[in-house]
Amino acid sequence: MRRYIDFYLTSMKIAILEQFQYRAQNYFYMVGVIVEPTIYLVVWSTIANQQGGSVGGYTAGGLAAYYIVWTLVRQMNIVFTPYGWEDRIQHGRLSMELMRPMHPIHSDVSYFAGWKFVMILLWIPVAAILALIFKPTLNPTWLQVIVFFIAIWGAYLVRTMIYSVLGLITLWTTRVSALFELIFAFEMILSGRFVPMTLMPVWVQHVANYLPFQWTFFFPINALVGQSSPVVLVTGLGMQLLWILIGIVGVRIIWHFGVRRFSSVGN
Amino acid sequence: MKIIKLIWSYLRIGIANELQYRANFFIQLFQSFIALATGLIVLWLVFSKTTQLGGWSQPELLAVMGIYMLVGGVIQSAIQPNMQRLMNEIQDGTLDFTLTKPVDGQILVSIREFRFWQLTDVIVGLVVMIIAIGQLNEQVGILQALAFAAALILGGIMIYCFWLILTTTAFWLIRIWELVNLFQGLYAAGRWPVTIYPQWLRIGLTFLVPVAFAVTVPAQALTNRLTPLTLLGALGLAVLLVALARFIWRLGVRSYSGASA
Repeated sequence: MRRYIDFYLTSMKIAILEQFQYRAQNYFYMVGVIVEPTIYLVVWSTIANQQGGSVGGYTAGGLAAYYIVWTLVRQMNIVFTPYGWEDRIQHGRLSMELMRPMHPIHSDVSYFAGWKFVMILLWIPVAAILALIFKPTLNPTWLQVIVFFIAIWGAYLVRTMIYSVLGLITLWTTRVSALFELIFAFEMILSGRFVPMTLMPVWVQHVANYLPFQWTFFFPINALVGQSSPVVLVTGLGMQLLWILIGIVGVRIIWHFGVRRFSSVGN
Repeated sequence: MKIIKLIWSYLRIGIANELQYRANFFIQLFQSFIALATGLIVLWLVFSKTTQLGGWSQPELLAVMGIYMLVGGVIQSAIQPNMQRLMNEIQDGTLDFTLTKPVDGQILVSIREFRFWQLTDVIVGLVVMIIAIGQLNEQVGILQALAFAAALILGGIMIYCFWLILTTTAFWLIRIWELVNLFQGLYAAGRWPVTIYPQWLRIGLTFLVPVAFAVTVPAQALTNRLTPLTLLGALGLAVLLVALARFIWRLGVRSYSGASA
């Protein structure tokens, strides 16, 4: 246990130092990340205004809050992509990771976790500007704030696990991009990324309840901007935990069978 | 003349290369359909809450989506792969091999890659656009069709220049992998007509990032919204961007120091 804590702390520190040097790059990335919700915000607030002020219970101010918090949640749930796994496995760089006395996923989780601190720091001025432009209405309770702070880390871990499972499929076949894109499309629609889940048809919301995606976007955002009861908030954290555990089991199983199939290429 | 021959050779190499992997065609086609399905679901969600968006009706927005996919396919097959290769070569210092060739460097770095199978997006986009035109109330005449083609070509040139300028910054910034993400984020704004955005964003998407000219203006041509003045403006901006991209490219190459490749 001790060595894991040591490893995590060191790896996070390295990530912070390294990523802080690449501020320009991180800002490039962030502009891309911020344009996306701005588009959705404009589309939905246009509709809200056309409908006489609100759509599905969201006013323009409420939508602004949703999508500005979205930008933070998005920073949080940037994880090692399945394409990264594909690259690692295809080019044989995984063999280097296999030499370590620790599962390679630990270095991903810790490195990206450290990176988050740089991201959040760089995000603050951007969020301030967005708030000035779009004037969000946001009055969370203390409980909501606390749940939010736990939930964004939960979202980070849930998404890490989904995408690690997905990426590890590359151990069987190298033609994975179609599968990845399919999952990204599901995420787009079923996570609250494009639109708050409450604006979706009821049956879609039902389907989403059985999938991990909404716990990575909609739940953390809505925890802060919505009016969920304490029970709903705590249940949500429980669901995140459940999906993290399912993900860990999934990674372990796929790893167990898949890694035997790995034959290093080159390097 | 030499350049046309060169473009043709690279095109042939690119196609021959991709033809080795026929299964990729079906994977690519499948991905085009995923993109299409996502786009249609998004449109359906929007129009389940409203009947028009910023003055654009459903078939009109379907046309915008078709053009968005079409132009996106061109970018993915012909522009972006070249720029990504350039980015890597600047970083690794292997651009030396290109710069020492007896052809203009900018032209050479812009034509080397061609992803043939990515053209599935172009085809799917075209089909969507034609279906959308069929649903429009008005007819599309010869004049609109010509204006559309002109707007599309000018938009393509502008997107190329914009990508080249972005990539050229690698001469100074070195590590810019995130550019791809940045560009895709910005380009995604073109899925909707830029006229619905607040003014600051509209100006940004028109003059800083020419997404408006690549997607919205051709769509305006199709839906009878285009004024000759806009088309003239597109021509002017295209010329300006070509010159600017050339200027920045020269500046960049001058500060390129190689890296003991």
